[in-house]
Amino acid sequence: MNSILFEIKEGLLISLRAIKANKIRSVLTTLGIVIGVFAVVVMSNAVRGIDKSFQEGVSSLGSDNLYIDKWAWFNSEIPWWEMRNRKNLTLEDFEKFKELARLPVAVAPSMWSTENVKYEDEIAQFTNVQGTTAEYIETTNLDFESGRFFTELESNASRNVAVIGSAIADVLFEEGQGVGYEIEIENKKFKVVGILSEQGSHVMGNFNPDNQVYITIGSMFKYFMSTHRRSLTINVRAGSSLEVADVKEEAIGVMRRVRGLKFNEINDFSINQQEGLLSEINSTVGVIQIAGFIITGLSLFVGAIGIMNIMFVSVKERTKEIGIRKAIGAKKRTILSQFIAESAIICLLGGMIGLFFSVLATLMIQNTDFPISLDFDAVILAVSISLIVGVFSGFAPAYKASTLDPVDALRYE
Amino acid sequence: MNIIRIEHIAKIYQVGSEEVHALRDVSLTIDKNEYVAIMGPSGSGKSTLMNILGCLDTPTKGLYDFKGINVSEMTDNELANIRNREIGFVFQTFNLLPRSNALHNVELPLIYSGVSSSDRKEKALEALEKVQLSDRVTHKPNELSGGQRQRVAIARALVTSPAIILADEPTGNLDTKTGEDIMALFNELHHQGNTIILVTHEEYIAEHANRIIRIRDGMIESDTEVRNRIIPKAHNVEN
Repeated sequence: MNSILFEIKEGLLISLRAIKANKIRSVLTTLGIVIGVFAVVVMSNAVRGIDKSFQEGVSSLGSDNLYIDKWAWFNSEIPWWEMRNRKNLTLEDFEKFKELARLPVAVAPSMWSTENVKYEDEIAQFTNVQGTTAEYIETTNLDFESGRFFTELESNASRNVAVIGSAIADVLFEEGQGVGYEIEIENKKFKVVGILSEQGSHVMGNFNPDNQVYITIGSMFKYFMSTHRRSLTINVRAGSSLEVADVKEEAIGVMRRVRGLKFNEINDFSINQQEGLLSEINSTVGVIQIAGFIITGLSLFVGAIGIMNIMFVSVKERTKEIGIRKAIGAKKRTILSQFIAESAIICLLGGMIGLFFSVLATLMIQNTDFPISLDFDAVILAVSISLIVGVFSGFAPAYKASTLDPVDALRYE
Repeated sequence: MNIIRIEHIAKIYQVGSEEVHALRDVSLTIDKNEYVAIMGPSGSGKSTLMNILGCLDTPTKGLYDFKGINVSEMTDNELANIRNREIGFVFQTFNLLPRSNALHNVELPLIYSGVSSSDRKEKALEALEKVQLSDRVTHKPNELSGGQRQRVAIARALVTSPAIILADEPTGNLDTKTGEDIMALFNELHHQGNTIILVTHEEYIAEHANRIIRIRDGMIESDTEVRNRIIPKAHNVEN
């Protein structure tokens, strides 16, 4: 045992000496690994960031929610053309539902429209404008940077008031301003009553509260669409995750009554849940992850081939040295570990450099809006990947070196 | 006491479909503290014999007994051990590691036999002192003259206190005067009790030994005592 440790230590020292002696070549060889580790670490940071952002987005929507909709949001057994033929969900449907449902703690309608939002010369184009009622805020976990959500009074009276997501506020207003200002949505004036704090769910697209403007559902219908043109979504909040199943059961019954379905007719609505969203997100992140690792893995593989190649050249060039070492008593194992150690050290150095640059890149990307997350796992990832690549690509050349015949190797010039 | 006893050794190489008999039937013994020269023209098989004696290679047939151990059927690792502990090689082209300094070159065999680094340094410095190179310890081979390089190689051969020192044309790459110094060093080592096997094709160099074994066509042609041994004088080592 002791002698193995000893050999490893000496192998490392010999390797370090050899690497120092071939500085330029070592640096060039390392470049492949630097790039490979860089790509893998940045990729993994990005995937982790995207995942985190998804999860945060989901939790900002509230975790005990049901969404009654004309459409099933996620892989449903019902064919899409059947869903298309369903009747739209209307404001009347929502009102009846709200009246009849006893279990939910909050119920609110949602209706979306894409509009340009203006404040003086600043324009937020193609903004997702959502019409809803005062109760909507109770179906979410949103919190406010400043101001408040609109009140029941404002909502019932269809006042022109708006609550603005943080990203939209950044576009329209100076830092810390906005509440009390008048914005224009397609030339209609709305008074800003609240600005949401940043929810950080960059990848949620239309769901991202940061990119939304909330107005009363009455204003929505008045200005942006006729009453029956589009189907709305009913947001239903259960008191706790334990109650979700009961709330869902009741919601199905209530909705069947609201829609006037006979006992033998199938549901003409879908009840969507976050579970669906979560599994969708997980599979999306999974696909990004796999694609990312295949691509970055390829660059790492190219780096590994580079190392293997240069190690073969190195073995060839140092044939005489290997002969000398063998003549004075180096065993196969000693030569093997010497060359593997050399390749592992080169890769490890490359990995460290790659890690350094990937941390820089991650910090730079963090300054943009792209979700990327930096954590200690990256260090473990970089070190283990470079060690594995080093040992893997060093093995064949090292084995070749270790089996050289000492007589032939000594004669080599 | 026999250090080396070989009996009816043959070495056959397969070159394409042809068998080449490098050694046909060689038997000899070498005792402790002998100073033997092995001579022969090129192609005689003397290099093959040297490789087998040095445990760099194994014979195709026959017995090789080294200090009472049969080495003719040893594994590569066992041979590496014998080379490491029992045989000190000195080559015509010195064969030092070019990027390592003199001290590290001399330490190398001790590294492979697992001597701790402090002991190693002590022994290596001692060996370098024996060859009068104490003042060149940190020099790399390209900073040393040919004679100095060969003395580093001799220090490396001595450092493990081997049973035999096997020198293959040790003066082949040196001028006459420097060669003479090296031969003086071998003479001294012989006096100190070392067993030396010298492989050469030069009659003059061979006559420094006590005994000359002549090889021709893979066989021993003659095995004679040297009557008027040449006793070299050191020219007070160049620096």
